[in-house]
Amino acid sequence: MRVQLTIALSGLLALPAYSAEIQVNVQIPQLNVAEYHRPYVAIWVEGADQKALANLAVWYQQKSTSEGHGTKWLPDLRQWWRRSGRTLKVPVDGVTGPTRPVGTHALTFGNQHPELGKLPPGDYTLVVEAAREVGGRELLKVPFKWGGAGSGKAQGTSELGLVTVASKP
Amino acid sequence: MKKTLKLAALALALTLPFAASAHKAWLQPSQTVLAGNNPWVTVDAAVSNDLFYFNHVPLKTDNLAITAPDGSNVAAQNTATGKYRTVFDVELKQAGTYRIGVVNNYVTGSWEENGQNKRWRGTEATFATEVPKNAKNLQVGQSVSRVETFVTNGSPNETALKPAGVGLELVPVTHPNDLFAGEEAKFRFQIDGKPAANLDVEIVRGGTRYRNAQDELKVKTNAQGEFVVTWPEAGMYWIEANSQDDKTTVKQAKQRRLGYVATLEVLPQ
Repeated sequence: MRVQLTIALSGLLALPAYSAEIQVNVQIPQLNVAEYHRPYVAIWVEGADQKALANLAVWYQQKSTSEGHGTKWLPDLRQWWRRSGRTLKVPVDGVTGPTRPVGTHALTFGNQHPELGKLPPGDYTLVVEAAREVGGRELLKVPFKWGGAGSGKAQGTSELGLVTVASKP
Repeated sequence: MKKTLKLAALALALTLPFAASAHKAWLQPSQTVLAGNNPWVTVDAAVSNDLFYFNHVPLKTDNLAITAPDGSNVAAQNTATGKYRTVFDVELKQAGTYRIGVVNNYVTGSWEENGQNKRWRGTEATFATEVPKNAKNLQVGQSVSRVETFVTNGSPNETALKPAGVGLELVPVTHPNDLFAGEEAKFRFQIDGKPAANLDVEIVRGGTRYRNAQDELKVKTNAQGEFVVTWPEAGMYWIEANSQDDKTTVKQAKQRRLGYVATLEVLPQ
């Protein structure tokens, strides 16, 4: 009993000494185009030196093809590819997933996130990059406070709509 | 007068295949940053005045060498030579950076035979057998030139970038497949493995047909053979440097000419 208690306590101690959460809304806009494909989207967190610190989401075509599971076009997410994608082995549980339709996608990330949870509280930037087959590419950045309270937003003009980040301790 | 012109034209025509600087030689890969299962690149190889348009002669790719990310050599596939360009494919089976280059190491000679000027080009080995020992007014030169480009499948690596230590070579400090508009990139030139200081480097962005000026960037290497360039905009860039010295390996040759060309892709932010 005593042994079990110790284990339970040490388990508690291993958790981060703070709680933190960000709520992210990413809007994929409706586009009036003849040929529409859902965009590839990467959402990640970078530090002051633009270094990618945490991959939050990567949406790309999952269907198997002879050229690879849609991974052939991942470098079109140019900045993400350079900062993180090219050294990442996809798929990643909880990060990679299929492309998403037009609309606002609400995502929540807490300090149990394997990469985000390890970051010390402080100022970071959320980066959202979208690239669409036979379409364009857009990248938005929203600074946020990890482990603090605040909110920020950025408005896209082509491949992305409104991106909001609300953080709470 | 007319005869003089004709002679001049003939002399020029004779010189052209030997003069690397007369036109721009280049390799242009279909893309430089790739991913997926066994991606392929297709490469155009040509010599022209305009970048990167095939409108003069194809580049000879007899001495094509493709170095894989693990340092091994791989063969080009589907090679074809047309009127204006040579084209070949490279299958990128490994993850990492490939170097694709044409490395020419020639011995050139000219002499008089029965009152006529003879011109010859070959290798060090064929020089001994093909050039007559008693050739009159024999002029011998050597030339080592590289025309290359780089492509990366997945994560970049450095193995294929290692210099051979022969002739004029570019040693990337900034990875050649990690170039972005508005950012600074650093490279080092070396000759036979030693820093090539004070070397003039010319950098021209492709698409010259759609502008009125070459808009070339001219930089000089420092004492360490290094130069930096801040890419003004995205595009395919042609980089050239030339030098000459007397470090010949054929004893009759007094001069060695050194040439280097790279095609580098700069991506938008």
